[in-house]
Amino acid sequence: MTLSLIVLIVLGLAVIGYFFGRQRAVRTAERDGAKLHSLPSYHGQSVALFVAVPALFLLGAWLFLQPALIESSISGKIPDSAVPEGGAKSLVMFDVRRIADGLSQLVDRGDMSEASLKDMRADVTDVRSRLAEVGVALGSDVSPVVLEAAKEYRSIELTASFFRNLAVLLVALALGAWSLARIQPRLRARNISETFVTALLMGSSLVAILTTAGIVGSLLFESISFFKMYPARDFFLSATWNPQFRGGSDLGFLPLLWGTLYVSVVALALAVPVGLMIAIYLAEYAGSKLRSFAKPAIEVLAGIPTIVYGLFALITVGPFLRDWIAQPLGLGSSSSSVMTAGLVMGIMLIPFISSLSDDIINAVPQAMRDGSYGLGATKSETIKQVILPAALPGIVGAFLLAASRAIGETMIVVMGAGAAARLDLNPFEAMTTITVKIVSQLTGDTEFASPETLVAFALGLTLFVFTLCLNILALYIVRKYREQYE
Amino acid sequence: MTEVTADIATATGRLDGRSLFKVGERTRKRQAAERRFRMMGLAAVIFSILALIGLMTSILSNGLSSFRQTYVTMDIHLDAAKLDKQGNRNPADLEKITTFTIQPLIQSALQKTMQERGISVDGVNAKKAVELISKEAPAQLRRFILENPQVIGTTVSFDLLASGRIDGYYKGRVTMESAALDRNISPEQLMLADKFKQAGILESRFNWAFFTAPDASDTRPEAAGLGVAILGSAYMMLIVLVLALPIGVAASIYLEEFAPQNRWTDLIEVNIANLAAVPSIVFGILGLAIFINFVGLPQSAPIVGGLVLTLMTLPTIIIATRAALKAVPPSINDAALGIGASKMQAIFHHILPLAAPGILTGTIIGLAQALGETAPLLLIGMVAFVREYPGAPPEGFFDPASALPVQVYNWTQRGDPAFVERASGAIIVLLIFLVVMNAIAILLRRRFERRW
Repeated sequence: MTLSLIVLIVLGLAVIGYFFGRQRAVRTAERDGAKLHSLPSYHGQSVALFVAVPALFLLGAWLFLQPALIESSISGKIPDSAVPEGGAKSLVMFDVRRIADGLSQLVDRGDMSEASLKDMRADVTDVRSRLAEVGVALGSDVSPVVLEAAKEYRSIELTASFFRNLAVLLVALALGAWSLARIQPRLRARNISETFVTALLMGSSLVAILTTAGIVGSLLFESISFFKMYPARDFFLSATWNPQFRGGSDLGFLPLLWGTLYVSVVALALAVPVGLMIAIYLAEYAGSKLRSFAKPAIEVLAGIPTIVYGLFALITVGPFLRDWIAQPLGLGSSSSSVMTAGLVMGIMLIPFISSLSDDIINAVPQAMRDGSYGLGATKSETIKQVILPAALPGIVGAFLLAASRAIGETMIVVMGAGAAARLDLNPFEAMTTITVKIVSQLTGDTEFASPETLVAFALGLTLFVFTLCLNILALYIVRKYREQYE
Repeated sequence: MTEVTADIATATGRLDGRSLFKVGERTRKRQAAERRFRMMGLAAVIFSILALIGLMTSILSNGLSSFRQTYVTMDIHLDAAKLDKQGNRNPADLEKITTFTIQPLIQSALQKTMQERGISVDGVNAKKAVELISKEAPAQLRRFILENPQVIGTTVSFDLLASGRIDGYYKGRVTMESAALDRNISPEQLMLADKFKQAGILESRFNWAFFTAPDASDTRPEAAGLGVAILGSAYMMLIVLVLALPIGVAASIYLEEFAPQNRWTDLIEVNIANLAAVPSIVFGILGLAIFINFVGLPQSAPIVGGLVLTLMTLPTIIIATRAALKAVPPSINDAALGIGASKMQAIFHHILPLAAPGILTGTIIGLAQALGETAPLLLIGMVAFVREYPGAPPEGFFDPASALPVQVYNWTQRGDPAFVERASGAIIVLLIFLVVMNAIAILLRRRFERRW
């Protein structure tokens, strides 16, 4: 029974339950001659909710946990001798899973019966070529231990799926029957269904907390296993980044941090003054004509995906800077550079800064402006000496939020900044950032349990902590500032 | 206004024999500073508009040409003796036809056409001439034969893709000079292409295949299309819509209408505010660690991408929905409660329908953001080279697929400059989708927004 079928069955049961519940409520009321406490549809609703929600929850939780549980039970049975030299158990498990999938496909296609699958032996049949028929390409021949594990994996999975379907249907039917049975005119069905819905609403708002927990949990868990393999002191304090596929890599964090900060500084040096001036000009000077044209144009800049900016950096800004500035001045010959990524990221951040500062400037009370004008100050004097100082905390908050975005930005630096990890002052050299290295370490073909891959989680954790601190600080400052004028 | 007051101030004090209408030194300086400041502001606005124009021009000038493609049209005799040796049109035997069998058919057809039309260029033999046609053409032909076995033995007119260099020649990317240095094409071959064009065998037309064809390998940029990527993106948007909209609306209703003022609620609020600002790549790490490594979902699958994008879109939807719920005047709620509705009834029957346009607008904007998101998808393996279309949903959600922005990134990583054109073309497609979505959002807001 496929997954979508079982979901459909549960939903169908819920619909049936709704009508049964409704009908039963009306009937019992007629029979007893009593008045219903709740409208009949609430009786139906409560039955439907009891049928569908717990069953679907059970299904979701089961799907979420089953693979991990099966995996741990199987991987305990694979002896260390089956793990190839220099490889990891997780890779063997990966093969086991794929072989099990392939075997299921063979059976599904009718190429092989369950019985012949049971007799299949790795030293007799050419498992690899059989699996290749269904599109499961394996790197090497299948060892008997692995095949046995795959067969067991498959059989456990089949049993587990059977029990899962059984359990889900039983829960749906049992709860449905129970909630049908308790229907009587006096039953406060509306309160029941409303409490149920409130619980669902609350559960939905927990998704945010679960997401944060998932992020922190996965980052911490994998980072800890990284720091077990690679000393934390070398990671945070070494100035060489030189990952090797064969192990023995130098994974120093400093060059990446330097690149990240350098690119962000260039970006903010462009974006903050320009964004701020735009906000000031549009709020205080511009006529309605210019405003009605410029504001949407800047909002368009804000809605453009970062991949577009990345492509812009790669095909236009990078070559332009190289041919017109870096090469004539003898500063470098690379089209991907700190300057390229920084300038393009600056353009990306302009609308962000200008819309935040716009809010902040508008929040400064008009009375302060009027007071300043009354003393004879010009517009620019009022802005520079009254509005900006008053808005400073808010602007600092906007600056911090922009900095956090700059540090976490990925596509622009992947396509514009380059991949060479170095500590250099020349902005026309290619440098690399934390996000670039997360992408390159996690999209390569290295095995998962090696420090070269796990370092990405440590980088991710540092990035997360960095941006989290900046965000919390910024939100705190902005909130404090708003309260000041409310 | 201000300078006059300043002058009057001096006038009442000491006139020093100056006229009231003569502007003093200090005033002039202040006015100059005022003008300078104003100019700086205007310059900033102009700079950002120029940046927008530059961005658009760069993308359009590089990418528009990808919507046209050069084709070579000719009659090819599908020799039954070569294609179907048994002569029984058995599909299982036909499966065994390789592109190596078909390549000579194309070559001889080309030779025949050249002879009939009297086209020839010195130094271009038959083998060199067939290089004008894409390496994808035999595969294209093979697919056609497998789908229509009855054509074997007949002569059929085909539109074959021209090779990437020839295509680039008519788009200005390849010139005679660059061809002289290029191992893949020679100036003589370009001359031959020109003669083909004069004879009407070779022509450019609208490139439908760009929207439907799957990705192609490094050496065949002319065959690369966005089919799989568009399908993958559409699947992910569907998942995001189905998951993020109900969860987001439910969470907003709880936080806005039911949540008590306590630490727990504060924690949820802080969490949502922070999730909106967490770098997108961190969500990719989450997807990789939880959905792929822990739950065991397949790599490169739209379901994983959809789940990750759902988590990223939730804060946007929640923030928009809460604003929409807040905008409904409390009098509506009070009236509903006053005539005996329960709190739940007041919300679901009255407040929510009135807030729906705002919620929908926020959802569309959230979806538009999710559509352009790239970084998290890189980490969950969507950069993989996928040529097979994913199946129909829901099973298709678990098949490998690509996504529009990831396809752009993928193409920029290839060597052939023709892929830059494709990448820019894909960006144009992506931007068109985004413009349409945002336009719908704006229309909805204009049409249904109510001021209370």
